[in-house]
Amino acid sequence: MATKGKVTGVIANMVLLAVDGPVAQNEICYIKTGGDRLMAEVIKINGAKVYVQVFESTRRMRIGDEAEFTGHMLEVSLAPGMLSKNYDGLQNDLDKMEGVFLKRGDYTNPLDEDRIWHFEPLVKVGDSVGAAAWIGSVEENHQPLKIMAPFGLEGKWTVKKIAATGDYKITDIIAVIANEAGEEKELNMIQKWPVRVAMADYKEKPRPFKLLETGVRTIDTLNPIVEGGTGFIPGPFGTGKTVLQHAISKQAEADIVIIAACGERANEVVEIFTEFPELVDPHTGRKLMERTIIIANTSNMPVAAREASVYTAMTIAEYYRAMGLRVLLMADSTSRWAQALREMSNRMEELPGPDAFPMDISVIIANFYSRAGYVVLNNDKVGSITFIGTVSPAGGNLKEPVTENTKKVARCFYALEQDRADKKRYPAVNPIDSYSKYLEYPEFDEYITGLIGAGWIEMVNEAKTRLLRGKEIAEQINILGDDGVPVDYHVTFWKSELIDFVVLQQDAFDDIDAVTPLERQQAMLELVTSICRAEYDFEEFQEVTDFFKKVINICKQMNYSEYKSDKYNSYLASLEELLQTRKA
Amino acid sequence: MATEAFQKIYTKINAITKATCSLKATGVGYDELATVNGKLAQVVKIMGDEVTLQVFEGTGGIPTDAEVIFMGKAPSLKVSDQLTGRFFNAYGDPIDGGPVVEGKEVEIGGPSVNPVRRKQPSELIATGIAGIDLNNTLVTGQKIPFFADPDQPYNQVMANVAMRAETDKIILGGMGMTNDDYLYFKNLFSNAGAIDRIICFMNTTEDPAVERLLIPDMALTAAEYFAVEKNQKVLVLLTDMTMYADALSIVSNRMDQIPSKDSMPGSLYSDLAKIYEKAVQFPAGGSITIIAVTTLSGGDITHAVPDNTGYITEGQLFLRRDSDIGKVVVDPFRSLSRLKQLVAGKKTRKDHPQVMNAAVRLYADAANAKTKLENGFDLTDYDKRTLAFARDYSDKLLAIDVNLNTTEMLDVTWGLFADYFKPEEVNIRQELVDTYWKK
Repeated sequence: MATKGKVTGVIANMVLLAVDGPVAQNEICYIKTGGDRLMAEVIKINGAKVYVQVFESTRRMRIGDEAEFTGHMLEVSLAPGMLSKNYDGLQNDLDKMEGVFLKRGDYTNPLDEDRIWHFEPLVKVGDSVGAAAWIGSVEENHQPLKIMAPFGLEGKWTVKKIAATGDYKITDIIAVIANEAGEEKELNMIQKWPVRVAMADYKEKPRPFKLLETGVRTIDTLNPIVEGGTGFIPGPFGTGKTVLQHAISKQAEADIVIIAACGERANEVVEIFTEFPELVDPHTGRKLMERTIIIANTSNMPVAAREASVYTAMTIAEYYRAMGLRVLLMADSTSRWAQALREMSNRMEELPGPDAFPMDISVIIANFYSRAGYVVLNNDKVGSITFIGTVSPAGGNLKEPVTENTKKVARCFYALEQDRADKKRYPAVNPIDSYSKYLEYPEFDEYITGLIGAGWIEMVNEAKTRLLRGKEIAEQINILGDDGVPVDYHVTFWKSELIDFVVLQQDAFDDIDAVTPLERQQAMLELVTSICRAEYDFEEFQEVTDFFKKVINICKQMNYSEYKSDKYNSYLASLEELLQTRKA
Repeated sequence: MATEAFQKIYTKINAITKATCSLKATGVGYDELATVNGKLAQVVKIMGDEVTLQVFEGTGGIPTDAEVIFMGKAPSLKVSDQLTGRFFNAYGDPIDGGPVVEGKEVEIGGPSVNPVRRKQPSELIATGIAGIDLNNTLVTGQKIPFFADPDQPYNQVMANVAMRAETDKIILGGMGMTNDDYLYFKNLFSNAGAIDRIICFMNTTEDPAVERLLIPDMALTAAEYFAVEKNQKVLVLLTDMTMYADALSIVSNRMDQIPSKDSMPGSLYSDLAKIYEKAVQFPAGGSITIIAVTTLSGGDITHAVPDNTGYITEGQLFLRRDSDIGKVVVDPFRSLSRLKQLVAGKKTRKDHPQVMNAAVRLYADAANAKTKLENGFDLTDYDKRTLAFARDYSDKLLAIDVNLNTTEMLDVTWGLFADYFKPEEVNIRQELVDTYWKK
């Protein structure tokens, strides 16, 4: 019989219950308040006193209000039909809710049970299957999806019955499996999985190495991220975190994109709702929305559900990875998630860690990032979850707990910088502080050499060195004055400016410049490198400035032109002409 | 408030702090209102039969045998057209001597809008101020604060913006406003003939600080009524949100909560977001736009209040006194309107985004040149031209006394480009240069 409880205390969304039976940590219960059933999660147990966090407003909750425990943890329902959906942090389908305002206790089915799918079996009677084995496939939005044996299934099972090719609903039984003990399970297309538990039904998790193309030059060229990689984008407000995240989610070469809008602005989510159904995936030519799932728990939605939302998003990502798909998961912002943890820890009167965050914040962040990755499935197919989180450091200070603890676990670091943003040098990723550990992976070197050719990483590192040198010289010029340094210094400085203006800076709102395919990035870096490697004759620094400004202007016009179009080629020709006038 | 016959009266208070009192009571709902010897209070904690009340105007003079009556409802406001042209206190009671408002009673701090039911903001709010319209265009449904030091004329600029913007209602929420500023707004609204579209909820420095916590929710509940039921364009002015946050920190301190950064409660982000996220464009045409003021201490935006605000709002506007021209300008570096790209170049002329960015970039070059000059270095010809450009740009566009439409602003900027620069120095798409460069 289900455990029941009664409310004995209320402080904001933390509620104390007196219970009459066994209760598990993180178990879900529903509290009846007025006419509403409010979902809550157990966060601490002390004898018969149970602390729960309520995922809704607790307005008008009274002592004695009844609670009913469900016997399971917070879980998501996984099945075909989730693509293009807009969920809240608890996987309620936002489009199924009525009215303009969210109603307390309004929980909607994340799945469409009436929708018909064309199912094709991938196993036959007598085949042996384990957890997450592919037993059939359906197609959704031109994406081949797999119907899998239950996650976490223990031992070996044999297929007793399997549905023939045909049309089924997700609730229809499509297979029956049995184990050696003769226990039988009927399977439909729906999986349930607790969000706080990592889904680990795969063979191994090797080091990731395949470039994940994003079309953003400062990432792909300078600090690339890989399929199954992790990265984070910290930055003070106004430095373009969200614009950069949106650019990545629009352009990245992924099969599925999951966007967790975690405690951020509602209008930013609306932007996705509005634009993604119109925008075209540059890799497949289909609408972006077809491959996208949005988990929207914006800043004005309940705090506890915000904390849950990143787990909901990660679990959905794991579901698609188990099908052998490339998933990109974006969370904006992980700081809001950490703040939600802080609010609850504070209400529970736990001893605070740094900046009043809970003591175990480092472990929570590390565990979460570790759920991403490139995996070899049990059938030797591969799948990946690439995770990029933004961090909103308080006061723009990167020495705060969320940034520091994320830095320990994420392999790519894209530091957004106030100074660059002030100068409108977008994307404001600082080229010197940022890094990608993947550049050091021999596996990645081998892969990128096969893709682009030898010498690419050397060229990237050369560009980075020039940028660093340029920055040092800029500081010297500031101290010593234009005349106080040799003309050579100006040349070196302007070469770094050339890289900055032409490769790093990119106009996310320009139709052409917004996305740069890898081939074009290669051409641009090679062009810029050849300009940088050449020697030039100048009498005095003013000539240097004038010359490079012209060079930059032509290169920028090239960035704004269709690749290899007549216009592009004519700019290229005039660039060659200009370069000849000064070549030593 | 009249006592109703069936209401139970408690007369034994166990504990009193500066802002709260606790008593034994049953059948009480969380967030519910109560009166303690006639003073309004709200339930902030229930633990067994012990209920903790936050008394808005402070607990001074409350005896242990005070009469406590629970009202069985959360704070609410009666909404109707009668709100128009009226001035209220934090409880929604009239302070202008007029009659009590009749209408539908709505609990304040109500639910959030379902994000999928929002519409993307796309309507420009013209203010005539180029520092705003040109560089940081405002859009209906946006939320944006002025970040300003207390000595800057933020209330005047905000009032100016409100009066020029084409909206159906202007709702002012004053928190910790000096009586002088309150009278300034009152006179301005009355004299400009705008009184028929004004509603004002006011907490001045003469009123208890904790009462301020009700002001934004009162103002926004009224705003939701006009935006949802009447499909009106509502502009909500909230000044000063730093004073609001101060009241939050006082209450959380009294409740023994562990403070996080700058003594602010750990929930500051969520508390502020709940207010600002009420800004919305409804599909039916109504909208709520929030312009707020967050006062800074010595321009420090890393303080918890401006910092959290910046992460919530869609940009921020900075005022600065420009000593070169002796006027207050909207600072182009630190100001930002995140929604500007929804209208710039779409609802305005197509050269708008590039012109705006190029001008700010050149203005940044001027700032570098100025640093050089101050450090005693020789200026190049380009440096000198950027400085001359910056002075003109500041005077003709950034100053808050400018009143132009956006096309005029763009033409003025192209004129300045041509006066001081060569086309290749401005880095703008060639087609636009060909069309608009002033020869």
